[in-house]
Amino acid sequence: MATDNRPLSPHLQVYRPQLTSVLSILHRATGILLTIGTLLLVWWLIAVAAGPTAFDTVQNFIGSIIGQILLLGWCFAFYYHMCNGIRHLVWDTGRGFELTAAYTSGWLVVAASVALTAFSWIAGYATLRGL
Amino acid sequence: MAEFTLPKNSRVIEGKKWPKPEGASNTKAFKIYRWSPDSGENPRVDTYYLDLDDCGPMVLDALIKIKNDVDPTLTFRRSCREGVCGSCAMNIDGTNTLACTKYIADAKGDVRVYPLPHQSVIKDLVPDQTHFFAQYRQIEPWLKTDSQPPERERLQSPEDRAKMDGMWECVLCACCSTSCPSYWWNEDRYLGPAILLQAYRWLADSRDEATGDRLDQLEDPFRLYRCHTIMNCTRTCPKSLNPARAIAEIKKMMVERRV
Repeated sequence: MATDNRPLSPHLQVYRPQLTSVLSILHRATGILLTIGTLLLVWWLIAVAAGPTAFDTVQNFIGSIIGQILLLGWCFAFYYHMCNGIRHLVWDTGRGFELTAAYTSGWLVVAASVALTAFSWIAGYATLRGL
Repeated sequence: MAEFTLPKNSRVIEGKKWPKPEGASNTKAFKIYRWSPDSGENPRVDTYYLDLDDCGPMVLDALIKIKNDVDPTLTFRRSCREGVCGSCAMNIDGTNTLACTKYIADAKGDVRVYPLPHQSVIKDLVPDQTHFFAQYRQIEPWLKTDSQPPERERLQSPEDRAKMDGMWECVLCACCSTSCPSYWWNEDRYLGPAILLQAYRWLADSRDEATGDRLDQLEDPFRLYRCHTIMNCTRTCPKSLNPARAIAEIKKMMVERRV
């Protein structure tokens, strides 16, 4: 009965992106980014141990436009992964599964991670400028 | 490893544009996935035009109208036309639902109709559900007892009966399972939301005495734990059930019996 040439129906190609799936894949993506970011952190720590010249090199890189963008991305990834991780912990207790609750918590996680990122950067720059 | 693209024989090509109905002022375009095992060609998307003033309100009404009046070769499953049989499950306007309970008016722009995602297609909108129902068989969806059968039926308190609400209503249409990316990538080993909802239906049944065996069968990295709480299942269920919660309850039972 089964024929060999049966096609596979379209999936990612046709399925509408929605908050449920987008936040889920973002959780995985930020997890991967955090791992890569940790390598940069290790590089920075090694530079501290290696002496002032190496430390200056890393500091200059982090202070450059590219460095700042990477740091901003890493910072957002950190907060998003943390907030969504808390959401998952709540789910693990069997709570928050109503669709409306899942949407509310989803948007809350997005808002919280943006706000925490913004707050950290404002606080960071304020400290740098000695405010 | 998950394959994110379609195999070569499954890539969808532009299909035929059927003529618009004459003298109609309220037309809507329906873009429908077509594939015939006899053609030897890749799947295509045909465009049909219907006069909405001369058609019922549901997507299933439109499909039947096309089959009756325009193109009798269009193939799809349908039976009850009121959302209790689960036959006409398909991907409409980007999410899985039952064609009979989906309003044409709810689709934004053209109505795009595809078979349930990531399934082997038998013809047009008809996917092969052999594997899906084999997985249902695997969880042994019947009452299992060791105790002596009572004189009359096995009794259940109203409270215990209420624990099965939200599970017995499932019509096994497979909308949720085929909306789940985890099921797309691991359907050979992951049971998927529909079957796990049914698994929990028997775990939650106070009359069933095989809870331990049932949990043993589910305690597996793939069968149960490929669920990552994406929640596409709950989002798409045409009966507004909550497979994601049922899976979470199974995971909780796994922990509770260990501590």
